[in-house]
Amino acid sequence: MSDDATAYESLADAHGGEERWAFGTGFDDPLAGVDTTVPPGVDAGALALECLALGDDALVMSQRLSGWCSNAPELEDDVALANIALDLLGQARLLLTRAGHADPSLRPGGAPAHIPDEDALAYFRQPGAYRNVRLAELDDDGDFARCIARLFVFATSRLAQLTRLTDSKDPVLAAIAVKGGTELTYHREYAAGWVVRLGDGTELSHQRMQDALEWVWPFVRELVDDPDDRAEFDAVLAQVLRTATLVVPAVAGDGARGRSGQHTDALTELLANLQGVARAHPDATW
Amino acid sequence: MTATVEEQFDQVVAHDRRIEPRDWMPEGYRKTMVRQISQHAHSEIIGMQPEGVWISSAPSLRRKAILLAKVQDEAGHGLYLYSAAETLGVDRSDLTNRLITGTQKYSSIFNYPTLTFADVGVIGWLVDGAAICNQVPLCRSSYGPYARAMVRICKEESFHQRQGYELLLTMMRGSQSQREMVQDATARWWWPSLMMFGPPDADSPNTAQSMRWRIKRHTNDELRQRFVDMTVPQADALGVTLPDPALRWNESRGAHDFGQPDWEEFKRVVGGDGPCNADRIAHRRAAQENGAWVREAAMAHAAKHPRFAPFSAPDQPDSGRPKVQSGGGSA
Amino acid sequence: MSTPGQDANWPLYEVFVRGKRGLNHVHVGSLHAADPDMALHHARDLYTRRNEGVGIWVVRADEITASSPDERDPFFAPSGDKVYRHPTFYAIPDDVPHI
Repeated sequence: MSDDATAYESLADAHGGEERWAFGTGFDDPLAGVDTTVPPGVDAGALALECLALGDDALVMSQRLSGWCSNAPELEDDVALANIALDLLGQARLLLTRAGHADPSLRPGGAPAHIPDEDALAYFRQPGAYRNVRLAELDDDGDFARCIARLFVFATSRLAQLTRLTDSKDPVLAAIAVKGGTELTYHREYAAGWVVRLGDGTELSHQRMQDALEWVWPFVRELVDDPDDRAEFDAVLAQVLRTATLVVPAVAGDGARGRSGQHTDALTELLANLQGVARAHPDATW
Repeated sequence: MTATVEEQFDQVVAHDRRIEPRDWMPEGYRKTMVRQISQHAHSEIIGMQPEGVWISSAPSLRRKAILLAKVQDEAGHGLYLYSAAETLGVDRSDLTNRLITGTQKYSSIFNYPTLTFADVGVIGWLVDGAAICNQVPLCRSSYGPYARAMVRICKEESFHQRQGYELLLTMMRGSQSQREMVQDATARWWWPSLMMFGPPDADSPNTAQSMRWRIKRHTNDELRQRFVDMTVPQADALGVTLPDPALRWNESRGAHDFGQPDWEEFKRVVGGDGPCNADRIAHRRAAQENGAWVREAAMAHAAKHPRFAPFSAPDQPDSGRPKVQSGGGSA
Repeated sequence: MSTPGQDANWPLYEVFVRGKRGLNHVHVGSLHAADPDMALHHARDLYTRRNEGVGIWVVRADEITASSPDERDPFFAPSGDKVYRHPTFYAIPDDVPHI
């Protein structure tokens, strides 16, 4: 075979064998070899809620990002945004599974018995039972600047959270955090690159990027609770916004918290779409 | 004795070697390759839409991940193919304009709507299955960049077909309404899938030249027959009925006899009058137009900061090696 | 809204990938990007699907100087030339009326 064929072969080989259905679905199992028993001394209920919140963030954010598939400004960005959505969906599946395992009482009563925890939690909870931050659920209305502004603050705060959780007493959550951290580093870099390009691009793009920051800002406050995470978050934002010739917005939020189940109508719409087929066929197997 | 460039070209093709981008090539060959590769690329990109509408409501998270990855692969395939087309001296932006102004075609199969989630499975099984039949021979296309792109695409397509078939198998083992969805989707997609191989050989005037140039290796009817023979046992295993009363095994031919699709419908859909033609183009056009300010901004930024990297260290002294940036090692 | 085709088109980058240790970087295709960093990100997403451990080079296509397939052939003079942007290719659009 020619060199070219060899290069393709080796790339394909590196992506695993016949178990794959498409690129992006054949990830190594990050939980391989990890004991999934909740260790003694870990509060299973609190662990489950933490996993649920982080899982909901990832699921809802992934749902919003996948809406960009075939709508991005350039085909290369279709691929990039879909990759990020896939990463987050993968995190959501692991986290929801962990939440259901740690506290089986979280599983919604209406969910058919034959579906796994991840699907019971994703498809059969009401909006008020979702624990995602409100930032994730907003409808960016097809505005790429909004997509980027949201992704940037989301990835920056989530990276700080996951980095801290690599020390979690729960080995499963720690393993998920390690894998997720690598992914989030990449997401943050992608988004930061675009914040700077749009901020310091044309006059129009500068204005749209600044507007997009104002749009996300009321929802930033609930992103980061931990003071150390907050410090890292503020530092990264300051650095990138300075490079992008943008200013940190001054708008404050209203204090409502998605973490407490206080959501916008955007989540209701999002879930109606996400859950519609599954709920219409509760006896089905997919 | 010096062969003319045309004789050299003919010899390379006749010996089943590859034509590469800067080789001399007959104008007709170049035009045909540009058309074939770019229409193939357009088909991948437009092909994201019929399945893409089901990503948001895929009924399990596993199916959502598979579908999203699959639609993303299609964007990737489109990009590999545009990349191959660009080696012939055309610009992707020009090709995109030809797509959204309707002056270049894409596979007419993508002008049919996806009515239920079973359509996702049937597209994988029948549409990707037909595409594989068409595409495997193209891995040996005489045009090198196209052949190489096809090697990788075929590899990924086989996953696509399998995910579709596995979804259908799962649905057939599920509820009665799921079985009905699968049967309905199969009936709707069967004839359009047969049309994917193009008109009957008698109505395909360019086939002979394309086969001489080794950019086509089998006739439309040969490939269609191969697809039918491959698919019938799969339909049996699945437990669905293909909607063709003429379909039966012909012992003497060692192949299936089957009916002809409605070629008048084919002409209508290719001509722009299919159920979703206008929507598909409008969707692509909107993405292109809504992204214009973003693409312009990135170029304006690059003009101001040619060595930009968001989180990378300051430029290192030039070592004569490609610069290592934060995004991808060059180990 | 801009008219399609009139906005700034991103330049073409050629992508070279080292599939695994022990292999040279090999040309795998091209993509469009506004700057080298974007090209590298896109190359990782598209050609390696972010498989860690492989090495990628991206080079602007118009910065590559290439030999001709047959240097003695006067058809290709001058010999040193850009890879894909051969001017003689440009005058010949596909079988499409003027766009």
